[in-house]
Amino acid sequence: MSDEHIISIRGVSKEFGGVKAVNDVTLEIRRGEFFSLLGPSGCGKTTLLRMLAGFEAPTRGEIFIDEQAMSAIPPHQRPVNMVFQSYAIFPHLDVRGNIAFGMRKSGLSKSEINARVEEMLEMIKLPGYAGRGATQLSGGERQRVALARALIKQPKVLLLDEPLGALDKKLREQMQLELRALQKSVGITFVFVTHDQEEALTMSDRVAVMSKGQVLQVEGPMGLYEQPTTRFVADFIGTMNFFEGTVRDAGDGTTNIDAESLGEVRAETKDAAFGAGSEIVVAIRPEKLRLTFEAPDDSVNVVQGRMGPAAYLGDRSHLYVYLTGRDEPVVVAMQNAGRSAVGIDQADQPVWLSWDEEAIVLLPGE
Amino acid sequence: MSASWTQKRDRFGGLGVYTVIYLAFIYGPVLVLPVFSFNDSIYVAFPLKGFTLQWYEEMINNPRMLDALMNSLKVGGTVAVLSTILGTLAAKAVTRYRMPGRGPVVGFIMLPLVIPEIIMGIALLVMASTGGIPLSLLTIGVGHMLLCVPFSMVVMISRLEGFDKSLEEAGLDLGENPWCVFWRVTFPLALPGLIASLMLTFTISFDEFILAFFLAGTDVTLPVFIWSQLRFPQKLPGVLALGATILTVTFIMITFAEWFRQRGDQLRKASYREQ
Repeated sequence: MSDEHIISIRGVSKEFGGVKAVNDVTLEIRRGEFFSLLGPSGCGKTTLLRMLAGFEAPTRGEIFIDEQAMSAIPPHQRPVNMVFQSYAIFPHLDVRGNIAFGMRKSGLSKSEINARVEEMLEMIKLPGYAGRGATQLSGGERQRVALARALIKQPKVLLLDEPLGALDKKLREQMQLELRALQKSVGITFVFVTHDQEEALTMSDRVAVMSKGQVLQVEGPMGLYEQPTTRFVADFIGTMNFFEGTVRDAGDGTTNIDAESLGEVRAETKDAAFGAGSEIVVAIRPEKLRLTFEAPDDSVNVVQGRMGPAAYLGDRSHLYVYLTGRDEPVVVAMQNAGRSAVGIDQADQPVWLSWDEEAIVLLPGE
Repeated sequence: MSASWTQKRDRFGGLGVYTVIYLAFIYGPVLVLPVFSFNDSIYVAFPLKGFTLQWYEEMINNPRMLDALMNSLKVGGTVAVLSTILGTLAAKAVTRYRMPGRGPVVGFIMLPLVIPEIIMGIALLVMASTGGIPLSLLTIGVGHMLLCVPFSMVVMISRLEGFDKSLEEAGLDLGENPWCVFWRVTFPLALPGLIASLMLTFTISFDEFILAFFLAGTDVTLPVFIWSQLRFPQKLPGVLALGATILTVTFIMITFAEWFRQRGDQLRKASYREQ
């Protein structure tokens, strides 16, 4: 392990009564990064986080935090702190009591601890809240107190278990930005668990997408969105159109594919990942498809279809286009730059879809 | 709107009468006790003769009665503390840990709640006599423990199940070892339940007659003493005075226990409010 990594998870599995919640995960988390574990509920992300905190012991494998093996170290001696999903604010203590809870063994005097608490309250933008009862706090305030209570310990890693899930949309978006800014200012590594892909993309330096106990892909937000490596990731992050296909020939930098409903598709590929004849999936993002009501000049990367229903979403519309040989419509996203949305009330009109070669993502077939 | 209002009023009318009758039925006879304890006559019969504190004086100046009272306090206090400790540990085990045979274990602990006391009394007496164990306050205490542990466990389970498990994890996470987490998190949150359990189990032991009757040696508890006094008509008013006193003390204790329980509920609800 290099000094660059603060957490190293090596071949970790966790079984609950024969069910593998986490299945052979190997993962390195860099010092000072905002790292997210993203996946649907039951994918093992929370179990993995709880193993980092020490509340669950791996069935197999080992976790290293700052080059130290964690298996023999109980939760209260680990250099990590956690913000719980329920916030777990102690109801019998006031805000000061909550934030100072973990400072008893810090060796600081009472007045020093109080000064630290005040600093933390400034940081979470709740000055003057020290004497408030835990029961008088709103959801957002509880979340901030939970954050301060963990950060006052100056942990090497802060673990966050879906801390924004209980907040309403506006507050959640605000807290996303604040959390991100806070992480940058304190420089502590954050490991953030969420099932909300938008949240993960907004906040993280890197994201690990998990499914069924396994890590499928670890990448920065843009890489995850633009170059997913599995159908699951492509589907889970954003919206994606999928077409079954077969590789006709794989050349230098370009791969030609026979795809269902699309006909011949040419894709840019860095290295010839798929050999001729292999069954693959062609994926295109809705916003990377151009929709026109007349045939474009180009004859490659174009397909004709029939306009289906449209969903007006305010800033953009999702238009559904039917292609021959395919029941499921193709989703096309259009920005509503003008006053009137394109494609509404134009069902059954013939339309053409076109795209750039670089928009095509090739995924292994199942 | 007006229809539903009349409906409500009608329903209240019928139920109101029922409620009054019901309360009178429960508390009427009980209230007779204190009334006659101040009555200047050894016969418990209307009309009342006059006000006197004579029976309370007799009660206080009766050393055997005071001995019995002390015995009851000793047994009740010890049973309350021990059964609350056992009940709390059992409640913690069944609410916090996954363990095999949890269901049957809880069932067997709870069983004494539904076994008729007379059966239990006979069973314990037979066991004590075949085992050569002399009957004493100790045997009474052991019998009372059987009754009180399940009550304590019920109170403590509802208390522990009520509060978020991640509170204890947060305590660990913030650097406290399990023992300190117990004292700094679990104990203060469980305190209202502990107090309610102590009061409830003390009251159960203090009031209990059947087991105490079967398992008593030469030292008797208050209920058994009272029963022995009923054979002598002239002692009856003194018993009424004692009964009235116990009633008052019990009532105050149960009220306190309930108050603590509700206060705990409020704390607990608050800890759940934002989840």
